[in-house]
Amino acid sequence: MMRVALFVPCYVDQFYPAVAIATLELLEQLGCQVVVPRNQTCCGQPMANSGFAREAAGCDQNFRQNFGEFDHIVCPSGSCVLHVREHNPLLTGQVWELCEFLTDVLQVRALPHRSGRPLRIGIHQSCHGQRGLRLSSMSERNEPYFSKMEALLKLVDGIDITTPARPDECCGFGGTFCVTQEALSVKMGKDRLAQHQANQVDYIVGGDMSCLMHLEGILRRQQSPIQVRHVAQLLVDHAL
Amino acid sequence: MSQRFVSHAQAASQFLTDEARTDWHDETLWFIRQKRDKSAHALPEWEALRELASGIKDHALSELSTYLTQFEQNALANGIQVHWAATAAEHNQIVLDIIRQQTGPAAPRVVKSKSMLTEECHLNEFLIKHGVEVVDTDLGERIVQLRQEAPSHIVLPAIHLKKADVSATFQQHLGTEAGNEDPQYLTEAARHHLREKFVSASVAITGVNFAIAETGGFVVCTNEGNADLGVHLADVHIACLGIEKVIPRQEHLGVFLRLLARSATGQPITTYSSHFVRPRAGQVMHIILVDNGRSTQLGRPEFRNSLKCIRCGACFNTCPVYRRSGGHSYHNAVAGPIGSILAPNLDMRKNADLPFASTLCGSCTNVCPVKINIHEQLWHWRQTLTAEGLAPPAKTVAMKGMAWVLGHPTVYRLSGRIGRWVMQHVPALVNNRLNPWYKGRDMPSPPTQSFGEWYDKNRSRV
Ligand code: SF4
Repeated sequence: MMRVALFVPCYVDQFYPAVAIATLELLEQLGCQVVVPRNQTCCGQPMANSGFAREAAGCDQNFRQNFGEFDHIVCPSGSCVLHVREHNPLLTGQVWELCEFLTDVLQVRALPHRSGRPLRIGIHQSCHGQRGLRLSSMSERNEPYFSKMEALLKLVDGIDITTPARPDECCGFGGTFCVTQEALSVKMGKDRLAQHQANQVDYIVGGDMSCLMHLEGILRRQQSPIQVRHVAQLLVDHAL
Repeated sequence: MSQRFVSHAQAASQFLTDEARTDWHDETLWFIRQKRDKSAHALPEWEALRELASGIKDHALSELSTYLTQFEQNALANGIQVHWAATAAEHNQIVLDIIRQQTGPAAPRVVKSKSMLTEECHLNEFLIKHGVEVVDTDLGERIVQLRQEAPSHIVLPAIHLKKADVSATFQQHLGTEAGNEDPQYLTEAARHHLREKFVSASVAITGVNFAIAETGGFVVCTNEGNADLGVHLADVHIACLGIEKVIPRQEHLGVFLRLLARSATGQPITTYSSHFVRPRAGQVMHIILVDNGRSTQLGRPEFRNSLKCIRCGACFNTCPVYRRSGGHSYHNAVAGPIGSILAPNLDMRKNADLPFASTLCGSCTNVCPVKINIHEQLWHWRQTLTAEGLAPPAKTVAMKGMAWVLGHPTVYRLSGRIGRWVMQHVPALVNNRLNPWYKGRDMPSPPTQSFGEWYDKNRSRV
């Protein structure tokens, strides 16, 4: 049995506990022994992306105290994983984004269950996961198509995956950008949503709740029936 | 052009007030990005070409002084007069001196083809102040020049303008019919207007896309042929060259010319790639090698490779922020993602906002034909700028506070609980106009317990 540590981003811990629970249960359903270090807080990315990486030493240190002993650390956020990989010099174990951990390490080719209710979804590839962690191919490059998240979602029956007109345009969240450049951020989000709305999706599914929280905020303001879901919530077997 | 300072965020929200026009701007540039994709993806060797181009530029920058000296020697041997300018001011003065020397006290007429370097140096303003009539001959540049605006894009200077705007401008300055927006008609009017300027100019200024150390020659790329026309009719050719534009060998040109046009507009090749090697009989040719901060940038390890830029504009067209905020929001001659990493080098204080005008999505880095890690440099500039004390004080306090909370697990858990409690019980505290999140978005609905609290309750092993 593979022993993994679950790293729950701070905003997921506080605002989206269901996503963390789904991630935990999914990993367990796939045969992992999951440890949740209880003194974890944040990876330090919000400070670093705002230009205050030097203030994040406390976070880096705390992260290491919590996760230092593990070989595999799994996190349901591409953005946080990218930050830890690139900017936390203290860590020796490997930090994985959930989808890449499933496709590359566990090599999941089938899920314990295959049935979900019929759903039409649009995938939101978050930029840091896509371009930073290379979780999927990108339209800028001349390279063969691939998408780790899509490969996993295809293992669940009844999910109809649609592609937005601009497959990998940023949603405009961008960390503190979402408040320092409020008008631009909301406009980018609205434009992103319009492309999913044109596809008449039920859910917008992604690997980063930060982007989805931003999109959800606009959807609620528009009183749209479309929901956002983390990919873990579609992959986990809720009946188990 | 010297108005009150407006930050990128302020200019962007201003731009966004006309949503239909913003959509038009976004779609126009996205269309160019798609044309770029189509032609880039048609070349199986595209990624290898980018790698090669990046390698050549890295090498050239690492041996810059050698190649510049070699270029100078070969250019001199070809009969070109070579000048060196450390700053924009020196550059402008050299240009003026050459013009004066050529034309004497007569009111000199100068035509200029597109050169972002001369924009960076504010050459036009300087020359006009000294009584020189200087006419931009690139159609887009002429349009913005007539409107007394700066170019909003390095390849498509008037991309922010619609046909109706051009029609109105031409009506006012060239006397075209009111309301006639036919592009054919307007272009024809511009052609006649410019032809007269070309014929009467005694000095032609051009930029330089590539200077070749091995031959002492240089290449200027235009789609309109206006650089050629200007140079061939004038007695004096002044070429203004940023020192980072030198490449070692003639054979390297093929790599860059293939990448440049495809990245810029999706064309397989720029319509005119004009090679200048030596002055024709009776003509005088000058080249000015300009530093203006480039050697400083070369000395900053995190930022030096921004000097690889070949000014194709692809990072502009792909940038979701640029497309929705327009070039003028960057308050710098070079706008867009690359402008945001070049501008702070020229003036950190004035341009401290630009590295923050990005979500760090990374599209620019991956579209860039010379593989500049643009979004990583934006990140590094953020660190540098805040370390220099150029962050807004409120942000500094907020970040320090946040870092402290997140560095202490107990404090973090307590603040989370308090925060969620407040959001549940006193939602008006966050759902108000003072919260920039709430202006265009609803807040997430706070759950009763955090994941950590759920875990302690349901999975506690003690
Ligand atoms: S940074 Fe790269 S993409 Fe942007 S203009 Fe320069 S060469 Fe083109």
